[in-house]
This record gives sequence, C-alpha cells and structure tokens, in this order.
Amino acid sequence: MKSKIVLFILANFIWILLNWIPDSQHLLIGLLVSLVVVCLTGDLFVKRVHLFNHPVRYLWFLYYIPVFIWECFKANIDVAYRVIHPDLPIHPGIVKVKTALRSDTAITFLANSITLTPGTLSVDVDKENGFLYVHWIEVKNKNVDKATELIVARFESILKRIFE
Amino acid sequence: MKKSRFSYIVGALFILVVLAIILFRPLPILFYEGLPFIPFLKRAFYILIFSCILCLYRIFKGPTSADRAVTIDMLGVLIVGFCAIIGISTGRSWYIDIAIAWALQSFIATLALAKFLEGKSFDD
Amino acid sequence: MINIIGIVFISIGLFFDFVGCLGLVRLPDVYNRLQASTKCITLGTCSILFGAFIIHGFEAAGIKALLCMVFLILTSPVSAHALARGAHKSGVKLWSKSVVDKYAEDGN
Repeated sequence: MKSKIVLFILANFIWILLNWIPDSQHLLIGLLVSLVVVCLTGDLFVKRVHLFNHPVRYLWFLYYIPVFIWECFKANIDVAYRVIHPDLPIHPGIVKVKTALRSDTAITFLANSITLTPGTLSVDVDKENGFLYVHWIEVKNKNVDKATELIVARFESILKRIFE
Repeated sequence: MKKSRFSYIVGALFILVVLAIILFRPLPILFYEGLPFIPFLKRAFYILIFSCILCLYRIFKGPTSADRAVTIDMLGVLIVGFCAIIGISTGRSWYIDIAIAWALQSFIATLALAKFLEGKSFDD
Repeated sequence: MINIIGIVFISIGLFFDFVGCLGLVRLPDVYNRLQASTKCITLGTCSILFGAFIIHGFEAAGIKALLCMVFLILTSPVSAHALARGAHKSGVKLWSKSVVDKYAEDGN
C-alpha cells in the first residue's frame, strides 16, 4: 500500500511539471490518470518503501549529483582529446571488476555512472557473484582488484549510503 | 602510418572548409523576430546537420549491423537537440513536447534493436 | 545577460555533439564508437537543453526542457549498455589491437 502511495505522488509530480502553471482541470485529469496508472502497475515500481523514510539518504543523493556532473564533464574532455588527436591514443579492452552492492537500483545507478565517466562503458552484469564487465578505452591494469580500485571505488561508497 | 596521417589531413581540411561555409553563408530560413541572437542560431543548425551527415556516413559504411544500431540511437538523441534549438528560434514552445516524446520513443526503439541483435525473440 | 549564458551552454553542446559524431566516424570498433558517441552526444544534447532552459526561464517550455534532460541522462546509458551486450552476444569481435577480453574468457 505504501509503495502505491509513493508512486501516486511521483506520477502527480511529473504530471504537474509536464503542464506547468497547472489549473484545476489539469489537476483533476492528472489525479484520475495517475490513479489508473497506480492500479495497473501496483508494486512493480517501488519495492523497498522504507528507503524513503531516511532524510540522510536525500542529503547523500544531493552530494552525489555534483560529483557525477564533474566526472561527466571530465569524461567528455577526455574523449574529445582522444578523438581529435591524430594518432588515436587508445588501448581498449574488456576488464572485470567486482562490486559489493546487491540491490537492483544500486547496481543500475552504478552501471549508469560507470558508462558516463572517463573511458569506461559497462557491458554486462553478473548479479549472483557481484561482477561487472567493463569496456575500458585505456586499459591501465588487467587485475580485478586494481581495476576495481580505479573504476568503481569513487562511486561505490556514496551509492552504498544512498541505496543499501 | 603514412596513410593514416594523410587521411587525417584530408579530413581536417574538409572540416575547415565546412566551418568556413558555416561562418560566411548563414541558413536562409524565416526566424522569430525580436531575438537578439538570430545570426548565431542560423549557424547552429549547420553544425547539427553536418553531424547528422557524419552519422549517415557511418550507416552507409558500417561493417556490421551493430554499428548501424548504434548510429540510429545517436541520430535519435541528435534530433532531440534539433527540436530544442528550433523551439528557441521560432518561439513556439511545443517543439519541446516533440523532443520529450522523441527521446522516450527512441529509447524504446533502441531496446528493441538490442534485443534483436542478441538473437532473442521479443518475449523474453 | 541571461541570453549570453544560454548561448554559451548551447555552443558547448554543439561542440560536443560534433566531436561525438567525429568519433563515430574515426574510431575503429563498435565498443569504442559506442563510448565516444554515448558520452559526447548525451552531454552535448543535455547542454543544449540546459541552454534552452536558461533562455526560456521558469515557464512551461523551460521546465519541459529540464524534464527532457533528466529523461536523457537516465535512459541513454541504459540503451548503450543494451547495445554493447547485444553486439557482444551477436559475435562482433573486439579491435585487433585490443589488450584483453575478460568477457569472452569467462565463456559468455
């Protein structure tokens, strides 16, 4: 029941943003449509409701956003340098890293962050053993532990505090 | 090594010629009067169109079907940017609605293409 | 002043879009192309949309541009991930000068 309420509030919020400066008719239609959506999807979208109760998680999420934007900007400068350079300075390869995160949402966010940060692109996830396969444009180390330190470590500590 | 350096120089010259065309012959389209930066926007279209032409080259040349799928995904994202710039320059805000719809639609299309590449049917 | 800041964001976005498409043509391999184009074109288009948000201000169009930005940041890494996995499963080889391929070694 709680997850349905959370989904209802989220759907209404996005509806209000989609037609900004909402008037009464828009709000009425939004309420009806999000009721239908909540009845259809049910518990699929939000599974662990108790995460929404801790205010510390929101603060860590606010800290995560500027870190992510800065890494993303560095990634773009890096790729632009590699593309414009005449000799194409790349040594690509697929390496294996391990992660300590277990929940679905955390692994999804980790894979998205890895894709948008310098030189890495997540290819596949092995959820039972906690391994990620990452395509790296400049392989600095083939070892699993060293690669984990270089790629995953800067996001994992933050994401663990948000989603676990 | 020699051959790659030669092709790099040819490509750089081609890009410089296109940039010169962009600077000196702006696009003759009717624009929303009253904005102070119309000459900039007239040149912004050229860069996006030229990026789309590069994408079409990759679709034409691409050795495998995975290359073509990647390029179709990227064309979808480029067209979102196109819609945003048209929305600014003509002063009609409903172009942003088209951008949102196009982003979601191209995401679903790309997922279907990826499933097709993987060799599965669409059920699982 | 606000218009100038918006135009700076739009020109950064145009530059990164162009570099992304250039990488799509120059790089030698599906995975490398996917890297360059996903990063550069996603951030470029997000930057164009942020410039549109700054020029429109807090009106209907500006808030829709912000929402579209969030959608793009959430969806485009997922589609890149799916395409890379599909390409590897369909048997596309890595570039001949690649260093290591742990994914094929583990028998997937």
